[in-house]
Formats: sequence, structure tokens, C-alpha cells
Amino acid sequence: MSAHRVVGTPAKRADGIAKVTGGARYAVDLTVPGMAHAIVVRSTRAHAKIVSITRDAAERSPGVLKVITGDDLVAAGWTPYYGHVVLDHPVLAIERVRYHGEPVALVVGETLLDAAEGADLVEIEYEDLPSVIDADEALAEGAPILHERRGERVGDEGMDQGEGEVVGNVCAFARVEWGDVEAAFARAHLVVEGEYRYPMLYGYAMEPYNALAFFDQGDLVVYSTAQHVYMVRRDLARMFDLSLARVRVSAPYVGGGYGTKSYTKIEGACAMAAALTGRPVKLVLSVEEAMLTTRSDASHIRARTAFDKDGMILARDFDIVLNSGAYTDNSPLVNSKTANRCFGPYRIPALRVVSRSVFTNTVPASSLRGFGAPQGNIGGELQMDEGAAKLGIDPLELRLRNLVAPGEVFLPGKRPLDADLKEDLRCLAMSLGWPGEGALTVGFGVSASDAGAYPTSTAALRIHADNSVTVFTGSTELGQGSRTVLSQIVAEELGLPLDRVGLVGGDTGVVTYERTTGASRTTTVTGRAVQEACRDARRRVRELAAEVFKVAATDVADTPAGVRVDGTDLSYGEVIERWFGAGGEVLGHGAVRKADGFAQMPPFYEIGCSGVALSIDRETGVVRIEKLATVGDVGFAINPALVHGQDLGAATMGMGAALREELIYEGDQLVNSNVVDYRVPRFGDQPHAIDLMLAERRDGAGPFGAKGAGEGAGNTIGSSVAAAIGRAIGVFPHELPATPERVWRLLRDRDERARR
Amino acid sequence: VIPKRAIRFRLNGIERQVEIEDQVVLLDMVREMGFVGAKRSCDMQVCGTCTLLLEGRPVSACTTLALEADGRSVETVEGLTNDRTAAPGNEASALHPLQQAFIDNFAFQCGYCTPGMIVAAKALLDEHPAPSEEQVRHWMEGNICRCTGYQSIVDAILDAAQRAPVSV
Repeated sequence: MSAHRVVGTPAKRADGIAKVTGGARYAVDLTVPGMAHAIVVRSTRAHAKIVSITRDAAERSPGVLKVITGDDLVAAGWTPYYGHVVLDHPVLAIERVRYHGEPVALVVGETLLDAAEGADLVEIEYEDLPSVIDADEALAEGAPILHERRGERVGDEGMDQGEGEVVGNVCAFARVEWGDVEAAFARAHLVVEGEYRYPMLYGYAMEPYNALAFFDQGDLVVYSTAQHVYMVRRDLARMFDLSLARVRVSAPYVGGGYGTKSYTKIEGACAMAAALTGRPVKLVLSVEEAMLTTRSDASHIRARTAFDKDGMILARDFDIVLNSGAYTDNSPLVNSKTANRCFGPYRIPALRVVSRSVFTNTVPASSLRGFGAPQGNIGGELQMDEGAAKLGIDPLELRLRNLVAPGEVFLPGKRPLDADLKEDLRCLAMSLGWPGEGALTVGFGVSASDAGAYPTSTAALRIHADNSVTVFTGSTELGQGSRTVLSQIVAEELGLPLDRVGLVGGDTGVVTYERTTGASRTTTVTGRAVQEACRDARRRVRELAAEVFKVAATDVADTPAGVRVDGTDLSYGEVIERWFGAGGEVLGHGAVRKADGFAQMPPFYEIGCSGVALSIDRETGVVRIEKLATVGDVGFAINPALVHGQDLGAATMGMGAALREELIYEGDQLVNSNVVDYRVPRFGDQPHAIDLMLAERRDGAGPFGAKGAGEGAGNTIGSSVAAAIGRAIGVFPHELPATPERVWRLLRDRDERARR
Repeated sequence: VIPKRAIRFRLNGIERQVEIEDQVVLLDMVREMGFVGAKRSCDMQVCGTCTLLLEGRPVSACTTLALEADGRSVETVEGLTNDRTAAPGNEASALHPLQQAFIDNFAFQCGYCTPGMIVAAKALLDEHPAPSEEQVRHWMEGNICRCTGYQSIVDAILDAAQRAPVSV
């Protein structure tokens, strides 16, 4: 059916050989001559005033170049804060620390060992302040306040409503509301009510945060393991009051992202160390330190759903509190996304959602795969299962009755739904063997996330005289396969073999502007920019051909891989060489913006349609996922193998959160900040049966009808696991992860209730 | 001043002699020698990204002293490529069957764990040339991947075992 040559095929990865031979160079592998090494000295208090920092002994230690504190950054006249929404995250603590593990000082040494020995000699005196770890407690009257004075607002993400509510420890506020909620609840046949919790997670990108910074004739150059090189560039330019043209941020191969490397992390500290020592400085965090740098927002949801006797939703009501840690970072956007992703793609006559992101004296929260969707989904989807059980209606049937149809608007003012969720869900249920067989119980869920991908994207490409092409994109290859997919789009558009297309990415000094590499945007949004660049280059080739042959441009026609003039076929290269006389190239530029196909937000909905079949050991509470099924509703899979990889990867992260992963605070301290105590999925945890399905209806706004993938498959795993456990034991877990202890307690409490 | 000692070992088949401080771990030594395929991640012997072969056996190089390499052989992912003289554009011809199988099965995404995975898998195939799927999962339990969800890695290792006699 497909008339395509390259797109729609499982082309091998463009970065394959580099990655299997050890040849791929990540930021952590880079060195430059004369490089010094930095180590971070971290707060040992959750909330305290810094009384004094004594650094004499450290500075006398052999090989120590400098000890840097927040005061030094202020004295240098820089902007020692970062944050793309609110400028409140200090590069190094200034006057006060707000969480245990916060960077307070930086020790720069000739060697890592010199820096480490110096770091041990830095003495910090604190005066403790009352601290608050729990988000609900942080909202209570009399709670210690983290930010009496707010940082400067520099972005709108997630802050476009409810300014008046941003008081006390509220970092951001979101409200979604329509219809008469109270009246609907008053006439409900059934009201399901409950509290739900989704855990604090660490994304564990295996390459920890690291950067290498130096100045070249006053221009700042930073290599970093960053997703959004252009966002980091903007932050660094602001810090040093440099123009954008004088800051270069480059992300080589990146060892995992998943949102954890969105926005600025340690680049500012590294660059300031370079500025103050006059040396190239490398700063590499350990995984334990990375866990003290960024985590995901944890959610506490109070939810009600009103059903009529046929299971039709009458109203939903959500009150959500997110624990967002010590600084703003991306939590406002996570908060607003939680608010509009929690209730699901259902027809809901009356809705009220209030969501508050709350400051606490914990590690700052920011983006993580699916941001806001898994956090909200545990409430919204699980209530569909609980409602179905109480109504005696099949939970599949209950969802089918309420789901919105393709083309239907379910978020007022937003793009109509570009997916067929009912068909997706039917496929999923069939694959999982719904309603379950033998000892296995099944759970599934759906979600439709309004992708937070603001569609500003550009791309460029050069057609060389030998008919090969170099593509330039600001999108970063994180492993998702963007090099491959974007190259496939170019090969298709220009009629060239895939191996004639090379790609340069992720370096603001070289490539064209890209807003971010996040929200599953690259294939859809960057892909369209790349497509436009191909068309621009073709147009330019036609112009050159018209000049060479002295005909009107309209007399030059495109061919699959070149042009035709007066019945003669010429390749791009032949036109180029004839126009220049010798050598030469053609440049194409493509840009997309919030217009045309992307005029209406979101640019696409990221669909989640995943489920599990699982078994439970009733003696130990151990849950084992025996089967996983996902439906990747991606419009068109430009590379089906890469989509499968994204879907299984996202679902695996979801399974980790559903069963094991959780950052745990005891008192003021994170107690499991290492990979032994924070246990991520391993080979032996994986289900033996995995069914990764694709729904390709060409209904996306991206190239060839594609839309984003990479997050959705994980968004519904938490609620699916909870639903399956609930069906197995008769009690639905409301708190994830469903650890053996939690499941065992649910069983014990159930049995005790039965005895009474 | 920390004293240094001279050690001799074979690194990817080539005899090397280096002076090393006692506390230096094997991972840092080989990385400083330019073999940066092996990566540091957990730094506590549970993630497997730093896996190297010491005398043919897989070790976590982040927690193995460099001194332990004295008089022994060390193999890194860079040592698996058969023919270093492969012409540019034809690098695939030099790949080890495991490396080719990882590419063909899409057994990596970001690639950070991949050198450790491939080295650990080589040790498996050296010991069990025709492993069962269960043997693969069990052997690889000490290697973490955050991108793939593992199934493609299992498939790649089984595929490599099928393909060719694995050369040392």
C-alpha cells in the first residue's frame, strides 16, 4: 500500500557502529588540554542559613586551584540563578540551603583527587531552619516557607493561570473546570471517591550529569549531556550577560535522557568555575549526586467520579498536590499537564481539577518521561476500574462507552483528538486475553496527553555536488533514534539512498535552532522542519537549473532525485556543478511555527494504551508481570523498529515505577540515593510475553501522518498494574509502587476485615 | 605523595606496561589509556556499564583495582572488533558477531550501557556458546539498561550465538 521507499521501514540505526564498538564519545568521555576538575560540596542540612564557609585549609591543599561559593558568583556580577520559568535555582546556594544535598561550594583542582581532598576541608557552618518534606504539610498553616521572595518570572510554561494562588509554598497552580460539578454529583447513581499516590522517581539516565566548560576569546563553550542545548544556551547567556551568539552548547552522544536532562543542570556551575579559574573545567557528578540534582514530581490525588447507572461519567473532581522540591525548574508545566491529563480522554459533562505544585525541602523536581501523565493517570484510570467493579459493568465496556471519538474535542480550545482510542483499546484487550486466564489478572488503561511541544523548529541541509546530503538539526540524539528517523525523512523526500544522508545535531554553534528535545516532538515537529528544508533545497536546485538552461523556473520539473529540463534528467549534483562551474553545494532551510498544520495546540496527542497480565504470590506480596501489551498509536511509524524500542522502553520505566521504584525520605534525608537501594528493572524482571502493536492511521500532523511516540506507553502502566492487582485480590492499591510489603499489607488488612 | 608501581598486562592483545598508583581502579586506568568504551555509572558494581574481561572473566572495572591486572589479560569492547584496518565506510565488515547482532536487533538506544552489555555477553558466549533464553537473562542480570526494556538485547545475544562461532 505504501508508496514510500525509506520511511516506514526498520532502517538500521545511524549511530549503530559507533555505539557497539565503543567509538561513540559522550560528554563524559571528552577532555581538553589543561583541563581542571571540579567537585561539589553539598549541604548536610535540609533547610538552614549559611553562617560561614571556611575555605582556607581547602585552598592550601595541594593541587587546589580555587574554592568557589555563591558569594563569589554574586561578587562577579553574574546572574547566579537559573530556571526557564522562574529564576530561583541558585547555581550554588546563596545565604541559605533549601535541601539536603544542595550544592554549596565548588572545589576546583588540578586532578579529581586534588579537588576531592580539598572538598573534604571546606567547613560550612549552618543555622538550622524548620524544614518541611511532605507536600501536604508544606501547604498547612504555619509551615516553614521556602521562598518568601519569588524569583523573577522568565517563562510562561504552566504559569498562565492562577497567579493569585501562587502564595506560601505553592510553586504553581492550575485549574481546569467546566459544567456544574456539584449538581452532577448530586444526581449520580454512583460516586467513586479515593486518594491516590504516585511516587517520587529518579529517571536514572546512566550517564550522570556532567559538563566541560571553557572560554575561547571570551566566548563560552560548554559540552554537556543535555537534551535542550538551546535552552541551556539561553540560561548561560543570561548568567554571564553574553549574547546568544557568544555561547556555544554542544551535546555529543547523550547517555540517556527521558526528560531528566531537559533544561539546565550543572552547566552554570561548571562554566563559572572555568571563568573564575581561567581554565577548562570538567564537572562530573556521581549517580548519587545526580539523584540529588533532579527527580520527578510525586503526586497525591484526591479524586471523585460520578457515574450514572449505565456507567456514563457525569462529573469528575480532582484535587492534586505535587511535591515539587526546593526550586521551580519545570514543575509548573508538569503541574499544568497533570491537571489536564488526569481525567482522561473521556466525555465529561462537568469537570473540576485543581492542581498545586508545592515547594518542599527535598530534591528539586522537574521533567520525567510522560510528565504529569503517569502522576495523574493513577487516579483517573483507576477510578474507571473501581467504578466498573461497583457498577457491575465490564471495565473495557465502561471505557468504550465514555471514550471520545476521533475528531472530537475533549479539551476546550485544543486540537480535536487525532486518534482512535476505542479501536486501540479493543486491540489491547484482545492481546491481553481480557478478561484474563488462569491465575493471571489483567489491567489496562488509556491516556491522551496534549504534547507540550511548542512547535518552533528549524532545520537546514546541504546537498553536496556528489548527491549526498548533510542535515543540520538542533534536536539531540538521546537514543530515541532521531538521527535515523530524520535521515529517513530526508532520503525519502530527496529520493536518495539512506546512506547518502549524514546528520549533524545538538551543537548550537553549528546547527539550526530547535526549541527543545522533549515532549516526543522530534519526529513530528522537527521532522516537518526537515521536510520543509528538503523542499526549499529542491526549489533552489530548480532555480539553478533554470539559470543554467536559461528557461523559466516553471519549465523545470522535479524528478524523484533531481530535476528534468527539456526532457533531460539531471541529478542535484549535476545542476550544482553546472551552475558553479566546479564544486559547490545547495543549502535548504526549513522552519515551522505555531501556524499552518501546527496552528492549534497541541501539535499532537501522545496516546497511551498499554496493559499488563500479572500474577501475585499471596504469601509474599510479590507481583510478577507476565505479559505486557502496548498499542503505539503513532499515525505512521517512520521506523517501526525504533517505535517498538520507544514503547517497550517507556513501558519498562512504567513497570519500574509501578512495582519497585521510589525515592524515600526518612526525616530530612533521601535514604536510597544509590542504584542498589533504588532498584530499577533488570533482565529478570521483564515479562516473557511482550506484544508491541502499532496503530497507523496517518492521522498525525507530522511527516507522512506521523505523531509523537516515546512516552505514552508508560503513562498507563501504573494504573494498569494497580487495576490488575485490584481485580486479583479485591482491593485496589491506591499507592504506587505496589511493593511486596504494600501488597502483603493490603491482603492482610482485607483478611482481617473479613474476620471481623 | 602516593607511590606508583609498574604493572604489565595484555590490553586487547597488546602487551602494555604502566606505572599506577595503588588506589586507581581498572576502569579509570583503561579509560585514561584511551579506551573509553567502558563507562562509569552506578560506581558500586550493580549496573555493569564498566564491565571488562580480566583474564577472560567479566569484572566490574569500577570496583577492581588496576593492580589486579598485573600479569593478566584485559579485554575491552574496543578489542572485539576483528580488523582495525577496515576501510572507512566499511567498518561493519570488522564487527564481532555480537556487535553486528546488537545493531541488527536494535539492542540499544542511547548506547551508554552497550559496551558493558556486549563484553558481558561475550563472556557468556565464550562459556556457553549456545545459551538458552533463560541462561541469557540470568547471566545478564548484572547489567542494567534504561532505554530498551531488555528484550532486544536478549534477542541479539541469542542471534549472535546462532550466527557464527564466536572468535576470541
